[in-house]
Amino acid sequence: MGKNISLRDFDWLLLGILLVVATLGIVQIYSATEGTRFAGAHLRQIYWVLMGLALAFFVSLYDYRSLLNYAPWLYLAVLILLVATLVTGAEISGARRWLRIGGINFQISEVTKLAIILLLARFFSGPQEGKLSWADLGKVAVAVGLPAVLIAWQPDLGTALTLVPMVLVMLFVAGLKLRYFALMLLVGMVSLPIAWQHLKPYQKERIGTFLEPEQDPQRAGYQVLQSKIAVGSGQLWGKGTAQGTQTQLRFLPVPHTDFIFAAYAEEHGFFGVLLGLLLYFAAAIRLVQNAQMAPDAAGMFLIAGIAGVWMFQVFVNVGMVVGYLPVTGIPLPLMSYGGSSAMVAFLAVGLVNSVRVRRFVN
Amino acid sequence: MEFAQKETRFAENRLTLLQWGVVAVFLFLASGFWRLQILQSNYYTRLAERNHIKQLPIPAPRGRILDRHARVLVDNSPSFSILAQWGEKKKLQEHLPALAEGLGIDLAELQQQVEKFKRRAPYQPIVIRENAAWRQVAFLESHRSEFPELDLVVAQRRLYPSQGFAAHLLGYVGEVSESDLDLPELALSQPGDLVGKAGIERQYNAVVQGEDGVRRVVVDSRGLDVAVLDEKPPRPGRDLRLTIDEDLQQVAEEGFREEVGAVVALDPRTGEVLALLSRPTFDPNLFTTGISRENWSKLTTDQDNPLLNRSIQAQLAPGSVHKILLGTAALEAGTADANTTYYCPGGAVFYGRYFQCWIKHGHGRVNLHQAIVQSCDVFFYNLGKTLGIERMAEYSVRLGLGQKTGIDLPNEESGTVPSPAWKERVFRQKWYPGETISVSIGQGALTVTPLQLAYSIGGIASEGFFARPHLVFSEEVKAAGRKVAAPAAVRVSLQEETVAMISDALYGVVNEGGTGGRARIPGLDVGGKTGTAQVASVQMVRSAKGATHLRDNGWFVGLAPRRNPEIVVAVLYQGGEHGALAAPLARDIIKTYFDKKKEVQPHLAQTPESNQQATVGPVPADSGG
Repeated sequence: MGKNISLRDFDWLLLGILLVVATLGIVQIYSATEGTRFAGAHLRQIYWVLMGLALAFFVSLYDYRSLLNYAPWLYLAVLILLVATLVTGAEISGARRWLRIGGINFQISEVTKLAIILLLARFFSGPQEGKLSWADLGKVAVAVGLPAVLIAWQPDLGTALTLVPMVLVMLFVAGLKLRYFALMLLVGMVSLPIAWQHLKPYQKERIGTFLEPEQDPQRAGYQVLQSKIAVGSGQLWGKGTAQGTQTQLRFLPVPHTDFIFAAYAEEHGFFGVLLGLLLYFAAAIRLVQNAQMAPDAAGMFLIAGIAGVWMFQVFVNVGMVVGYLPVTGIPLPLMSYGGSSAMVAFLAVGLVNSVRVRRFVN
Repeated sequence: MEFAQKETRFAENRLTLLQWGVVAVFLFLASGFWRLQILQSNYYTRLAERNHIKQLPIPAPRGRILDRHARVLVDNSPSFSILAQWGEKKKLQEHLPALAEGLGIDLAELQQQVEKFKRRAPYQPIVIRENAAWRQVAFLESHRSEFPELDLVVAQRRLYPSQGFAAHLLGYVGEVSESDLDLPELALSQPGDLVGKAGIERQYNAVVQGEDGVRRVVVDSRGLDVAVLDEKPPRPGRDLRLTIDEDLQQVAEEGFREEVGAVVALDPRTGEVLALLSRPTFDPNLFTTGISRENWSKLTTDQDNPLLNRSIQAQLAPGSVHKILLGTAALEAGTADANTTYYCPGGAVFYGRYFQCWIKHGHGRVNLHQAIVQSCDVFFYNLGKTLGIERMAEYSVRLGLGQKTGIDLPNEESGTVPSPAWKERVFRQKWYPGETISVSIGQGALTVTPLQLAYSIGGIASEGFFARPHLVFSEEVKAAGRKVAAPAAVRVSLQEETVAMISDALYGVVNEGGTGGRARIPGLDVGGKTGTAQVASVQMVRSAKGATHLRDNGWFVGLAPRRNPEIVVAVLYQGGEHGALAAPLARDIIKTYFDKKKEVQPHLAQTPESNQQATVGPVPADSGG
């Protein structure tokens, strides 16, 4: 299968951008965890990035088209693993999100995204050819809904919700008429109050806090406020690496995971933020360009789905950091500390390149 | 399954749109950072600082208060203050019950203390306790982590002399009150600050207060100290040297024991107050620790009112001491001279009423000199009658009565010089001619303070030079960058014959078998005048109606030498049985003054800083030779 492919065609620019992002993340993780019980986290993050790199190259050699063949099986496997997580997963602060396999904790919900993307890429490149019927929409809804419910059950509503925009982006690219989107928006609005009934108290609190941050400055509102203080006090140039008072003195919650961009903004200021955002922006544009250059529809959908996930995660995480969006547990891709998230990101890079290096083939 | 090689062109538009979507998302996010980091950066920077920077005051030690020879009267000793961070009010409120128990303070009292800081000075620490006991300090030290909002700060506690020594003149410090915070001179004070509340401490608060420093400490999110950021050192208050002579003060303090009264000794050449006391006294140290309700009510309900500074606040009839002023007035007005005589049969009728002399059998025919020496009332009834109440009042005011002397102590009283106009104004009543006769011998509505008497008689003997009494050298005040209260002295023109006659008469009172013989010091040119007064003041009579304890007040005003005296001493004993003590006490003070003068060189050779006591107390009777 790899006869005509060359590593020269690998997207080195995208990889370079992502490695810079990962480096910024590692430095920030170091700065935020030095002298705490998380000290050394940056080293583990380096290992994961290196493993991720290897994974990316390995996956890129593998033809995505054969992977698409296995997509339904992959999907099924993920569903089973999600159920397994719910049944046997390690319970951490009231939630079962981690599946322990061979001494390593895996966050299956991260892999789920890729499984769904693969499944949908295969589906959209099928015979309907850009004209989706109601029945097709129903199939998509079920395909996404099943794992989404399982993830929401853990409970990890944030991750469950990331599946929705990912699918929306793919539907958008697949040419779904805009009035369908309008209709979905309407249905979503109507179903919101019903969904509210099934939220956990802390989830309700987070959303309530987002709507009225001053109401409870001690708890959930505290996180948002401290994040905004960290960002705002960073000013133009930032306070310098490991110099952020909000980060170093623990006013900022989880400064190495969910709020890593607030810590970064505090220590590196508005210019640092612009650099960071530009990197994410460039990566997203580069992904879409790769989608445009894909040799076939399936490859295009695959990359478009990945671009959707990428953009949405950045949007939700950074939007939370500046107080535009409610607090969700969604990590910032490649910056937030976390092995599963990093591995999945590089897995995605591998998939993108698997498509890219085959653009001149056939 | 084979995948058809489909064209991807159908998605071209949508992918282009997606790129614009990416641009929109990143502009949206960038706008958030623009808002926080550029537009509102100052606001959030302040919040960040408030988060992690804790301001701890470094209390400035108050300046010490020294006597004229730089001997320490009021000192400082280190003590602990317990403070709470303003930003941690919520935490503090939750901890209050546990804190009250641990510190052994009544919870209600503690809540009240915290309440005081509600209205004022945001971001200033809340003072939980000044001068914490060792037990309380130990409790906090061992429970640091439970009360991260609390801090211990070393402050300098005021240390006053024991047994209420000079308490009224020194005053005391206390927590600034809500109402005092509105005073312009205390505008920079914060709730919880210690400020002078009385006496010198209050009058010269700005000089001795100094300026607190600030230590900025970095704290983490648990409120625990991480590092010291920076420190602005405190500016200690200035030491303040008084004109008081500790030796003279000591003699006065020891001479006066449990009795009620006052002593003022001053140098009429300069107005420097050498000794000043009031009895009963109190312990100013009670106030520095925050006076307990029990002690406070004991002080305020005592019918002898220990907090009253009688030397400048007791307004009492001067009795016969007033004869010096009336004699001076009559001589100046020309209604009497060296040859004026009146016959004293032991009493006389004026305006249809019989006024008796203090000696029933009478003094016979007396002139002014004899009348003063023997304190003949009838002579002065006549003198007053011929001078008239209007002129008598006019001269009394000119000689320093009826107005504040302007001493640098708070709340001086002015006394009362009665006149028809005064009576009409205050009581809307007509003046009875008989009242003039009473006022002539220092009774009736005439009231003075001990300080006024010393000031007035000192001024007369100094040929009309009335130096404003003061407790702090004007150079000291100037050096502290403060304005000196003007004027330094008032000059009243007196005829040479008047001064000569009056001072000779004063000498006669002490040395020619007069009423003040107990003040005699062999070899010293001592003069003086006794006085006994029945009535305190119109007000006091009214308030004391039916009280059986109202007794005569005994006065003695002594001076030496008789012309241009170096020292004038006014002694007041409230309570007749002690009146006879007044002259001997004045004598002891005057004697100590001149004894010291003789040995002034060896005394000053001692290190002035040393708080060592020079020889004080009763001096051997005939050391003057």
